[in-house]
Amino acid sequence: MPINATQKITLKLVVVAIGMFVFAVFLMPPLYDVFCELTGIGGKTKGQFEGTTAAVDVEREIKIQFVATNNGAMPWEFSPLQYQVRVHPGEKTAVEFYAKNPTSRDMVAQAIPNITPNNAAEFFHKTECFCFDKQVLKAGEEANMGLVFIVDPELPASVTTITLSYTLFDVTEATEAAVATTN
Amino acid sequence: MAHGPAKGIGRWLFATNHKDIGTMYLWFSFAMFLLGGTFAMIIRAELFAPGMQLVKPEFFNQMTTMHGLVMVFGAIMPSFVGLANWMIPLQIGAPDMALPRMNNLSFWILPFGFALLASTLFMEGGAPNFGWTFYAPLSTTYAPDTVNFFIFGVHIIGASSIMGSINIIATVLNLRAPGMTMMKLPLFVWTWLITAFLLVAVMPVLAGVVTMMLMDINFGTSFFDAAGGGDPVLFQHIFWFFGHPEVYIIILPAFGVVSAIIPTFSRKPLFGYSSMVYATSAIAFLSFIVWAHHMFTTGMPIAGELYFMYATMLIAVPTGVKVFNWITTMFRGSLSFETPMLFAIAFVILFTFGGFTGLMLAVAPADIQYHDSYFVVGHFHYVMVAGAVFSMTAGIYYWLPKWCGKMYDETMGKLQFWIAFIGFNIAFIPQHFLGLAGMPRRYADYALQFSDWNMVSSIGAFMYGAAQLLFLYNVIRTIVAGEPTSEEKTWEGAEGLEWTLPTPAPFHTFSTPPEVK
Ligand code: HEM
Ligand SMILES: [Cu+2]
Repeated sequence: MPINATQKITLKLVVVAIGMFVFAVFLMPPLYDVFCELTGIGGKTKGQFEGTTAAVDVEREIKIQFVATNNGAMPWEFSPLQYQVRVHPGEKTAVEFYAKNPTSRDMVAQAIPNITPNNAAEFFHKTECFCFDKQVLKAGEEANMGLVFIVDPELPASVTTITLSYTLFDVTEATEAAVATTN
Repeated sequence: MAHGPAKGIGRWLFATNHKDIGTMYLWFSFAMFLLGGTFAMIIRAELFAPGMQLVKPEFFNQMTTMHGLVMVFGAIMPSFVGLANWMIPLQIGAPDMALPRMNNLSFWILPFGFALLASTLFMEGGAPNFGWTFYAPLSTTYAPDTVNFFIFGVHIIGASSIMGSINIIATVLNLRAPGMTMMKLPLFVWTWLITAFLLVAVMPVLAGVVTMMLMDINFGTSFFDAAGGGDPVLFQHIFWFFGHPEVYIIILPAFGVVSAIIPTFSRKPLFGYSSMVYATSAIAFLSFIVWAHHMFTTGMPIAGELYFMYATMLIAVPTGVKVFNWITTMFRGSLSFETPMLFAIAFVILFTFGGFTGLMLAVAPADIQYHDSYFVVGHFHYVMVAGAVFSMTAGIYYWLPKWCGKMYDETMGKLQFWIAFIGFNIAFIPQHFLGLAGMPRRYADYALQFSDWNMVSSIGAFMYGAAQLLFLYNVIRTIVAGEPTSEEKTWEGAEGLEWTLPTPAPFHTFSTPPEVK
C-alpha cells in the first residue's frame, strides 16, 4: 500500500516525538554531566592527585573552610576537626574529619565532596582523601578520617576563600546489595 | 448524500467530526476551568486573612499544585485544541481534520488522564503537593505515594497533546484548499501550526522527565538523587526545557485569536501580516534557548546568568513587533467595541503589562530578589489569564454565533467583560506589591504586614470567579435561547473562509474545496 502525504508526515512526527523522549531520558543526563565536567561548574573535585605543583607561593594566603553535612536521614556524627585553615598555594596540608556511627548496626558511608566557588574546583588537589573510599564503621565505632590537599599556585587571583563541603551518604544497603550479587 | 450526525451518545463516543470533537474539547476544558477555579477560590479564601482558617497547610499545598496543573493542562491547552479543531478546517477550507480517528482517541483519553490526577484528592496521602513544577526531590524522595497517579496522568495528557498536534500539522500541511498558500493562512492557523511543532518537540521531554521520576521512585535509579550520583538541578533543566516552550504553547494560539478579532472590529486588514508570521517563528525558536531564566537562583556561573538574561530579553523584540502590529491595526480604524473586541483589547494591554514584568524578572540580579515571590505569581497570571484566558473568551464570543446560529446577548457579554476585567486587576495587581515587599509564594499563611493587599486580592479573585459563572450562563443561554441568526458574516468587518459558510455551520463543510483567489 503506497503511503499518502498524511501518513508520511504523521510518521515523521512520531519519529521526532520518540526522538525527543530518548533525548530527554538518555541524552540529557550524560550531556549534563559532561558539560559540568568540562566547564567545572558542578564544583566537583577530581580524583586522587598524583602530579606535582610549582614551588610554594608564600606571598599568597588562601582561607580554606570545611563543611560536613549528613544527607537525608544519615544518623552519623560527622564534623571537621578544624573548621578553617590558612594555607599557601603549593603547600601540602593535612586535616582530619571525625565520624561516629551511634547506631546499633554496622554501616557503610560515602562522602561526596564539593567546592565553592566553582572555578576553584580544578585547582584544589587532593592527594589523600577519605572520600576516595567507602567508610565502614561498626555499631558505636568512631574514627578520624584524613584529607591531604594542595592548592594549585595557578588558582585565579580572584579566589581568596575556598569552601570544601562533604555530604555523607548512607550506602549500607547499596553496598550489601552489590556484595550479594557478586557472591 | 450529506448525512447529519449520529443520534444519541454514540455521536460523541465515536465522534470523528472535527466540529463535534472541537465542541467536546471546549466543554471539557471549561469543566476543568471550573474545577481549577474552585481550587483557586479555596486558595484565595484561605489567604483572605492571616492565620489558618479554612484548610490545613498540607491541603493548601495540594490546592496550589492541583490548581496549576488543572489550569495549564486541563483548561488552557485543551480549550485551544478545541478551538483548533473547530476553526482550522473552516479557515483553510478543509472538509475535516486529516486524522479523524486519532482525533477521537486524543480527546477521549483526556478525561481518563484527569480522572487519574483528580482521584488522588480522595486517596490516602492526598493529591500532589509539590507545586505544578514538581521539582525533585520534593516530587520524588518526599512525594506522597499518589505521585504515581500523577505521573501516569501526565503521560496520558502528554500523549493526547502529541496526537492532537500531529493531527493539526498534518491538516494544515496537507488539506489546504487550492490557492490557500502558506502566506495566505489566517494567523490563527499559523500560530497553531507553530505551536503544534513546539508541542511535538517538548511534550516528549515532559513525558521523559516524569518517567525518570517514576524510575527514581520505583526502580532505584538516581537521576535526580544526589545520594546515588544524580542531581536535582538536572531535574530543573529538563523540566524548564519543556516548561519555557510550554508557556509559548499557551500564548501563541491566543495571539492567533486576537489577530483575527482586532482586524474585524477595526474594519482594517491586519497590519504587518508577514512580520507576524516571522515574529511568531522567532518567538518559538527563542523559547528553546532561554529556559534557565527560571533557575537564576540555582547557583549558575556568571556567564550562564548573563547569557540567559540577555537571551530572555531578546524575546521581548518579536513580542513587541506583535503588540505594535495590533495597535497599528487599530490605529485610524473604524473601531467598534463588541464583547470579543473588548476582551481582545484588554488582552493587548494586560498581556503587555505581563511582558514588562517578565522583563523585570529576566534581570538576573533582580530576579534573585523576586524569585519565588508573589511578584512571579502576578507576572504569570497577567500572561496566562489576561493573555490566554481572555483571548479564549474573546474567541468564544466571536465564533459562537457561527457555531450555533444564535447571537449572544451583547449587554450580558459586556457585563461579563467588565466584571472579569476589574476583578482580574483587583486580584493580581496587589500580588506584585506583595511580592516586591517580600511575600513568598506557595505558603498557606503570611506575615501581618501583608494582610491588606491579600484581602484586596482575594476580593478581586472572587469577582473574577463570579464572572466565569456569568460566562457559563451566557454561553448556555445563547445556545438555548439566543436570538437566531443566519447571516453568513456575523460581523460585517470579518474576513476569511469561515464567514463564507452558512450560519450555523453545517455538520459537513467544504466537502468540495473552495477556490481561494
Ligand atoms: C517578554 C516575555 C516574557 C519574559 C521576559 C518572561 C520572563 C520570565 C521569567 C524570568 C520568569 C522566572 C521568574 C522566577 O521564577 O523568578 C518567568 C516566570 C514565568 N512565566 Fe514568564 N516571561 C515572559 C512571558 C511569559 C508568557 C507569555 C507566559 C505564559 C503564557 C509566561 C509564563 C510564566 C510562568 C507560568 C512563570 C512561572 C513558572 C513557575 O515558576 O511556576 N511568561 N517569566
Ligand atoms: Cu520562561
